[in-house]
Amino acid sequence: MSQPAWNSPVVKWIDERLPIFTLLHHSTSGYPTPKNLNYWWNFGSLAGVMLIVMIVTGIVLAMQYQPNAALAFDSVERIMRDVNYGWLLRYLHGNGGSMFFLVVYIHIFRGLYYGSYKRPRELLWWLGVVILLLMMATAFMGYVLPWGQMSFWAATVITNLFSAFPVVGSYIVHWLWGGFAVDNATLNRFYALHYLLPFVILGVVVLHLWALHTTKSNNPLGIDAKGPQDTIPFHPYYTVKDNFGIGVLLIVYLAFVFFAPNFFGEPDNYIPANPLQTPPHIVPEWYFLPYYAILRSIPDKLLGVLATFLSLLVLFVLPWLDFSRVRSATFRPLYKKVFWLLVLDVGVLGYVGANPPEGSFLVMGRIATAYYFLHWFVLVPLIALFERPRPLPVSISQPVLGGGLAAAAANPMEKA
Amino acid sequence: MQKPLAAAAAAALALGIVLPAHGADEQPQIERQQWSFYGVFGAFDRAAEQRGFEVYKDVCANCHSLNLLAYRDLAEIGLTAAEVNAVAASVQVEDGPNDQGQMFERPGKPSDRFKAPFANDEAARVANNGALPPDLSLIVKAREGGPDYVYSILAGFKEPPAGFKMTEGMSYNTAFPGHQIAMPPPLSEGVVSYTDGTKATVPQMAHDVVTFLAWAANPELETRHRVGVKTIIFLVILTGLLYAVKRKVWADVH
Repeated sequence: MSQPAWNSPVVKWIDERLPIFTLLHHSTSGYPTPKNLNYWWNFGSLAGVMLIVMIVTGIVLAMQYQPNAALAFDSVERIMRDVNYGWLLRYLHGNGGSMFFLVVYIHIFRGLYYGSYKRPRELLWWLGVVILLLMMATAFMGYVLPWGQMSFWAATVITNLFSAFPVVGSYIVHWLWGGFAVDNATLNRFYALHYLLPFVILGVVVLHLWALHTTKSNNPLGIDAKGPQDTIPFHPYYTVKDNFGIGVLLIVYLAFVFFAPNFFGEPDNYIPANPLQTPPHIVPEWYFLPYYAILRSIPDKLLGVLATFLSLLVLFVLPWLDFSRVRSATFRPLYKKVFWLLVLDVGVLGYVGANPPEGSFLVMGRIATAYYFLHWFVLVPLIALFERPRPLPVSISQPVLGGGLAAAAANPMEKA
Repeated sequence: MQKPLAAAAAAALALGIVLPAHGADEQPQIERQQWSFYGVFGAFDRAAEQRGFEVYKDVCANCHSLNLLAYRDLAEIGLTAAEVNAVAASVQVEDGPNDQGQMFERPGKPSDRFKAPFANDEAARVANNGALPPDLSLIVKAREGGPDYVYSILAGFKEPPAGFKMTEGMSYNTAFPGHQIAMPPPLSEGVVSYTDGTKATVPQMAHDVVTFLAWAANPELETRHRVGVKTIIFLVILTGLLYAVKRKVWADVH
């Protein structure tokens, strides 16, 4: 990673005054990346692509949208009908939200599988969790903007969660609403925040990348790169690999946009908001369903709200709940099993969240909720304590040759 | 949470909104249909769209608005400029104020939105036994089941089964949740005389008007499908090339 010698005198002149080309070099062809990253490592850059797509389409939509309770619904339909390619912009933005969450959830589960949250990447992980929380807030407020039935009632249900807090609850809710019901004031502020938060996300993404470039990428073996033989420059190797990933993502994403644009949507949101008529089932977007299932599985409202928050906040303490020094689940037979059980559990929670909380769904939801917390607070620490990991390879370059028991004995504490 | 819900439920009852009643003896029956606009290459059947517009104009428009459409949009389903002008001019719309400060009536123009049958929701309710006929601009997208649901409602009017208790002024419908719908059966054989001579049976009319309404809800559908096919073909080729480049760049690492 030596200072590159610039050929062009113009580049040299600029770089001596503002080292922007040096910065680019250090983040691309001068950035050493483990040579063994698999395709699960594509999803970070895919999330970045989705963020940019959302910001660009969102800004153009904002030029046509009217954040007024009397006009919002019709202004969205005007975009769909009278604005040139407005339908494309709106469907890109609407389905883009789903794709963004899909990509980010895969990115998070990749981190969970390969122990990317462990020392020294705790802050990198924290910043990622902050991005997820900001995304959830942004997505929720964006969903309110079309001012359809589901927009209105989702806003009512979610803001009312805060009324569960004793004493201050109703004050918080009125403060969020800017009035005594979800109404024009609520729509206005949600619009303002929905425009603001993506740029906050962008800022945290920069910090996330800064932390990444400081600690460098984890890899499927979860061991540190021992030297140049274990790494390759990010550019051209991973830029070209990421470009292929972007191509695949665009095929999936645009197939929804062009051929099933309302697949992720609720038909009720094509009915204008009506405060006097509650839809029979109020369902959030798919990416909120597991949390919604946790919320409804707990009979007490306040405890339900706290459990929902806890289900996310637990990610902040995960680096210390899982104190096993081995990162990759490849070498952790027990952790690997509970990882897949967690994936299954979150799937069950999502399925339950999409259905009314009655009968067998209620029982299923309660079991899945209990297991969700059991995973983080009991299984993960216990496995860290008692699991006997398989021997780790000596280095990324010699995963097979140097592996086996002899190597493990020579390096009993492959860590950090 | 409890209070707004309870208030909303009370308000809904007071306003005579029909909420789906649970405990009905059978599930709503949705008949799956073949639609010309389904599938990657799907496009609207023009003749069905135009017949569907006739059904809307002669039957549905007596109670249901189509607020998001303008008369000019009818050019998209194949009406000529003269035909669009004639359809628009067949209604009187309020305009103004003029230079005397007076509102005045004039014949409709292609740029006007479809004229609604009622001045406001309250007028619509009082004329319809307290029920509000929904706007049809988005009805195909706004109901679970989409075009199949709307078709099944239109073709689903039957005599109630023996012992089924009907509320005064309601009609029995196999597709409607709870089976009691405030809309009287709108279609009966021959209620529309098609200009193209097609026999106006109830299934035929239901199919035609749903095709028309599917276009009204998704006027961009044909462009979307056309652009989509080209885009996906382009992306598949591009992604294949990107994969080849990736293989070439990585050849010395593997």
